[in-house]
Amino acid sequence: MKKITLDEIKKLAKLSRIELSDQEVESLRGELENILGYVDQLSDVDTSGLETTSQVTGLTNQMRADEIKDYGTNRYDLLKNAPDSQDGYIKVKKVL
Amino acid sequence: MSVKDFNKIYWKSIAELASDVQAGKISAVDLVNKSLNAIENAKEYGAILFVAKDDALRRAKKIDALVAKGEKVGKLAGVPFILKDNFLTRDVETTAASNILKGFIPPYQSTAVTKLEAEGAIMVAKANLDSFAHGSSTENSDFGVTKNPHDKERVPGGSSGGPAAAVALGLAPFSLGTDTGGSIRLPASYTGTVGLKPTYGLVSRFGVVAMASSTDVIGPITETVEDSALILDVMSGRDEHDSTTIERSPDSYTDLKLGLKGLKVGVIKQHMGEGLDPLVKKSINKTVDRLRVSGAIVKEISIPSLDLSLACYYIIQPAEVSSNLGRYDGVRFGYSEQKAKTVDDVYDLSRSYGFNSENKRRIMVGTYVLSSGYYDAYYKKAQTVRTLLINQFNEAFKEVDVLVGPTAPSVAFKIGENVKDPLKMYLSDIMTVGVNLVGVPAISVPVDEVKGLPVGFQIIAPQKADRLVLALGTKIEALRQ
Repeated sequence: MKKITLDEIKKLAKLSRIELSDQEVESLRGELENILGYVDQLSDVDTSGLETTSQVTGLTNQMRADEIKDYGTNRYDLLKNAPDSQDGYIKVKKVL
Repeated sequence: MSVKDFNKIYWKSIAELASDVQAGKISAVDLVNKSLNAIENAKEYGAILFVAKDDALRRAKKIDALVAKGEKVGKLAGVPFILKDNFLTRDVETTAASNILKGFIPPYQSTAVTKLEAEGAIMVAKANLDSFAHGSSTENSDFGVTKNPHDKERVPGGSSGGPAAAVALGLAPFSLGTDTGGSIRLPASYTGTVGLKPTYGLVSRFGVVAMASSTDVIGPITETVEDSALILDVMSGRDEHDSTTIERSPDSYTDLKLGLKGLKVGVIKQHMGEGLDPLVKKSINKTVDRLRVSGAIVKEISIPSLDLSLACYYIIQPAEVSSNLGRYDGVRFGYSEQKAKTVDDVYDLSRSYGFNSENKRRIMVGTYVLSSGYYDAYYKKAQTVRTLLINQFNEAFKEVDVLVGPTAPSVAFKIGENVKDPLKMYLSDIMTVGVNLVGVPAISVPVDEVKGLPVGFQIIAPQKADRLVLALGTKIEALRQ
């Protein structure tokens, strides 16, 4: 059985940029133990001599011309979805 | 709905509808109104999130005006369709059924939708899904569960549960879904509709909310296989906005001629054993027998590592999910927590509120398997086991032309039955995920019913043999009669 500590869950939450309640930390611990315990069965599989797959249809670098095209949108259309903006820029909260 | 109409047909074929519109036998406005009325009368099923009534009627009138002037209006003229709400639609709210995207109005739209519209198809509504397509039942939607049209106490499957239920209810002749680990085929199986998962890269995913990019595909959900072929034919092909797209076949995907005599059909051994509902097994065997009687050469095929595909998938998929969901930061678009004082709080609190527990679970698992110290043991290992699966599928396709079996181990389960045990929920995808990991095409065709609930038959072919899964699909439909 895979064991995961509460501290590990808290660290993962921090890396994932998610704030968790104490209750969520506890329930996720059990769930992650189950899920990771299940996927752990792969560790017994002999994969010696096999390449790692990253692309299934065999495509390699796909190049295109670096051209500007008109999509019928401008920066102000795009900014409409931003929670806050000013003078054509996205406005963010204090960084430091 | 009665239990007997698992293959009830509500609409003429899509090709016929479009040709009737072109000929002026029926107006596009009538077709759209038929769809809008059906949607209005099926609210209790919770399949639809948003109805695009005004836009749809405006487009329909435009098509009717062109027909009146004697102009040519396209292969899908006036045909209404419903979109899973993870397809971006320009100026129409797109939520992926998630609180974090509620209110998001895309400034651009998916290539698939643009191609369908260019042929005259009309989007009438956006349908429910498990939030960000994370689920197998539609119970993970942030905006309510969709009910199975055959039994309201049961799930329609997921994550394309809304689009599948919509077609099963006759709300439109077709819908579009996405399939990352079975999200088109599973709901098609549970609702008695046809669900096509094309070869990886055959249909552009530009403008579709990304889940796991190395397995995500989009495809149609329809009443018949013939309709599915036509929609694939319109949507497929390279797109400069999606660098993973591949060349389409130069011939039409609607050319479905196929002789069953001598066709080599492999029944997947691993999908017919333990864990399969005995009544579903009986239905599948009955269909296989019909193929044999019609001249197909049927044999059992073993894919020894197939049982590992779910474990493999539940490393790769959450890894890619955690990466793809990194863009939801509460800064550029989507939900932003107003109480936050610093930019760090904006990230943490917005994501904490905007993502539901299944989203969080997958992000956390993905972050774990990608984190330093675990990357080789989990992510790299899974991508290598994936090679093993690809090799074994290639071996199988040296012996047979197609692989067949059930789409799911059982018929639709009850709402609430699996929500407390995420791993049990994941197991509903056990017969569909392998296909996504190796990138081959597959289809689920309804063949029978068990206790009044539909059973889907899955057909799998080698990469780019999409026409073969469709052609055999039409044969299966004919043999069902």
